[in-house]
Amino acid sequence: MAEIPQKRAPAPLTWLTQNLGQKVIYVILLAGAVWALFPFLWMVMSSLKSYAEASAAESFFPTRWLFSNYIDAWNQVGYFPQYFMNTIFIATATVAGVLITSTLAAYAFARMEFPGREVLFISLLATMMVPFEVTLIPNFILVRNLKWADQYQALIIPWTASAFSVFLLRQFFVSIPSDLYDAAVIDGCSDLRFLSSIILPLSRPALITSGLFTFLASWNSLMWPLLVTNRPEMRPIQVGLASFIGDAGTQIQLLLAAVTISVIPVIILYLILQRWFIEGIATVGIRG
Amino acid sequence: MQTRHRARRRIQWSAYFYILPAFIIIGIFHIFPVFYAVYVSLNKGAINRFTFVGLEQYARALSSNDFWNSLITTFVYALLTMPVTMTLALFFAYLLYQPFVKARGIFRGIYFLPYVVSTVGSAIVWAWIFDPRSGLANFILTRLGLPALRWLIEPDGVGLLIAQGLHLTIPTWLNGPSLALVAISIFSIWQSTGYDIVIFLAGLTTIPSELYEAARIDGANGFQLFRHITLPLLAPTTFFVIVISVIGSLQSFNHIFAMNQAASQSLGGPLGSTSTLTVYMFDQLYTYSNYGYSAAIAIILSLIILAFTLFNFKVLGKRSRY
Repeated sequence: MAEIPQKRAPAPLTWLTQNLGQKVIYVILLAGAVWALFPFLWMVMSSLKSYAEASAAESFFPTRWLFSNYIDAWNQVGYFPQYFMNTIFIATATVAGVLITSTLAAYAFARMEFPGREVLFISLLATMMVPFEVTLIPNFILVRNLKWADQYQALIIPWTASAFSVFLLRQFFVSIPSDLYDAAVIDGCSDLRFLSSIILPLSRPALITSGLFTFLASWNSLMWPLLVTNRPEMRPIQVGLASFIGDAGTQIQLLLAAVTISVIPVIILYLILQRWFIEGIATVGIRG
Repeated sequence: MQTRHRARRRIQWSAYFYILPAFIIIGIFHIFPVFYAVYVSLNKGAINRFTFVGLEQYARALSSNDFWNSLITTFVYALLTMPVTMTLALFFAYLLYQPFVKARGIFRGIYFLPYVVSTVGSAIVWAWIFDPRSGLANFILTRLGLPALRWLIEPDGVGLLIAQGLHLTIPTWLNGPSLALVAISIFSIWQSTGYDIVIFLAGLTTIPSELYEAARIDGANGFQLFRHITLPLLAPTTFFVIVISVIGSLQSFNHIFAMNQAASQSLGGPLGSTSTLTVYMFDQLYTYSNYGYSAAIAIILSLIILAFTLFNFKVLGKRSRY
């Protein structure tokens, strides 16, 4: 019995052994965070090194911080500013399209009575089950025949409606109390006005979630833009990055600087809207 | 009261105008193409000059070595990535879920970050880490006194490489997946674990905490809590993660395309050892303009996905209800 207090006596050891389990868990969680973040840190550090230093992989931090690499990447690597602007334009237009078409359709499915409502809604949901590989080839042929190849339409129009967004918004609209609707109808409010002045302001979370997912999908899309763009100046950023890997192969620090620039808008958006990203995915996960 | 009721029940023909824009786009670009894809798969030749050949393209696929190799690679890739990703995700979600953990949101945000960043962007970074001459991976290996590896350009199986390192001879069926495919799998696991963590974490929060308290009073230890409360009650979430992971990994393309490109390999990687079914389909379409043939592969792939999804719902779906 006398030994126990003796063992507990030295202060540093108490700090270590107290809640040892909790400390081990924190260490594991931190290791996981390092594993998730390290490639990004390595990317940023390598993008600030000279070519010789970057390809030696010997130190983590650059000996000289060459911020000029970013200016060089922007100016020298392919049509980089053009890729960047293309992607911003394409992603923004796609998000606008999706939000307009989905809001209207979701409102009709949530609030209006019309023949075939159930069948149409179910067939809409069924399109989510179709793998993109199947629609890829017909859409490619269609876009070729419409003479849309190398045009912005090809990169935007096919993606301006989303069954997933209609579903997400419809679920949200249904949860808005119908008393509001009844009151508005008595006041002589039209459906379109009710939608724009009451439903939309109340639905900000659902609109942000579906806009965010659309933006991300558009910004990161690869296979479709690969197929429908040939002229370098029409390419969005992912295709641009993939294509100048070869050109910049000898200048890895510039390539990594270009990647960093391409990642920044997404990371900023993520930091601001993290809550909606994660809640959106969690909701879909639980519902599924 | 009367008018209000009638106003709600009356058929609103204007509804069709509301759904029209969405249905035009989805009809043209997502529903019609399904039928058109079947039509294309029954033809051969260039666009607008198709010749009907019946099921010839399907027969061609089923008798092609490249097709079968890609199918096997698809499943191997799924087996390399799915179990590791899901186990890691459940492990980290469970640790994060422990009540004493502070800064849970920050950890979750960091774990999710790789999923947000584009595959092409992070593939370039990972290909740089795996670079045979100046990459970090080989730098670490050589510092540890191990031989440098060729990573993304290595067509040899990992089993064979280990055996060679130990100066053993092994039968060819033990060669295993190519190191290039394993390296791509590491990248894929890194990218998708955070997504699964978020879903598992959401599932864990639906388990009532009274259950844990009751079991703890009954003297259950940590592992027993996990085994007899967490796992069974988390089954619907696990089921959802399995379904979407199977669908996702059968369709895997972006990781492989981007890593092949970033390592200056042709599509499909060293000796085609990283060519999954979608990569094979895309190659047939993009490089060879074999429209009918690649449409047939796409249809076969979607039937495989459908079969797996139905199987999951039939077998796992029943067990996951509590």
